[in-house]
Amino acid sequence: MRKLISVTLLLVIVMIAVFSVSHAMFGAEGARRTGGLREDGVNFGRRYNNRALDETGAANVVAAVVVSYRGFDTLGEVTVLFVAALGLGALLYGARREKNAKEREPASLIVFTGCRFLFPLVLLFGAYVLAHGHVTPGGGFQGGAIVASGFVLVYLGCRGTLPAGRLAAAESLSGLAFVVIGFIGLAVGGSFLLNFLPRGTPLALFSAGVIPVIYVAIGLKVGSELGGIIGNLAGEVSE
Amino acid sequence: MIVFQLFLVLVMVVAAVAAAAFKDLMNAVIACALVSLMASIIFYLLHAPDVAMAEASIGAGLTTAIFIFAINRTVRQEENEEAD
Repeated sequence: MRKLISVTLLLVIVMIAVFSVSHAMFGAEGARRTGGLREDGVNFGRRYNNRALDETGAANVVAAVVVSYRGFDTLGEVTVLFVAALGLGALLYGARREKNAKEREPASLIVFTGCRFLFPLVLLFGAYVLAHGHVTPGGGFQGGAIVASGFVLVYLGCRGTLPAGRLAAAESLSGLAFVVIGFIGLAVGGSFLLNFLPRGTPLALFSAGVIPVIYVAIGLKVGSELGGIIGNLAGEVSE
Repeated sequence: MIVFQLFLVLVMVVAAVAAAAFKDLMNAVIACALVSLMASIIFYLLHAPDVAMAEASIGAGLTTAIFIFAINRTVRQEENEEAD
């Protein structure tokens, strides 16, 4: 009970602090007036909504912003995830062996069969989400997470092991593909991650130039990385 | 609709406080997953389906699994100490 009260008190203090800081920085008037507006009146949200389809060919404006307008930030995000997975793998490398020695209880037939039936469907849905990021909501990160949740299903349901070597290879190749596409843009048009492929017709699968290619690369990278994290933590990675 | 959203936010806040207050780590992880699930529904209602998908798959799904795997690797240090 005392803990509950202290947590609630902490929440109230944090809210007051956030409110007073925002009040001090922007003022009551400024906070109401400049929602998404710069000093000279440029509204970024409206600008992207109006022009993203013409400039990038992607019907999903979020994908256009994530892969095209701020593609370099996305490369940074992928790198952060990679470093986190690397650190976890290094941390748990020694602890892997002893867990492997323990025999696990096999799953029941119903769970095993259901998991074997569901795993391809989960993978297919993940692939759909990550390949259609530029036309429908979703994209590389979301599709990769769905693929990785398929790996969780395999570990929990089928008691299967994850092929660590193939996961690492897929992760490295897709990361390399992202950077190589960026450098091709640099060579062709003079800027990193330039959209050098034809735009195509909007809402088609092969449209928006390099955006679907990069999203597939991101999806493979995120899926194999998160799958590797699951495998490392579960301690059931086959060498 | 605003009542439904207020209900979601209320569940979210209660689950967040519960996650900090629970002594058992498994319960705290489930409460965290509940916060993410409510957040993803709210994102969807606010017309941000991309963020909703990311929040539901990563926040409510994978993070919970990763936390549970990580907690399985730890041991409980204290036995019956007074909660403080």
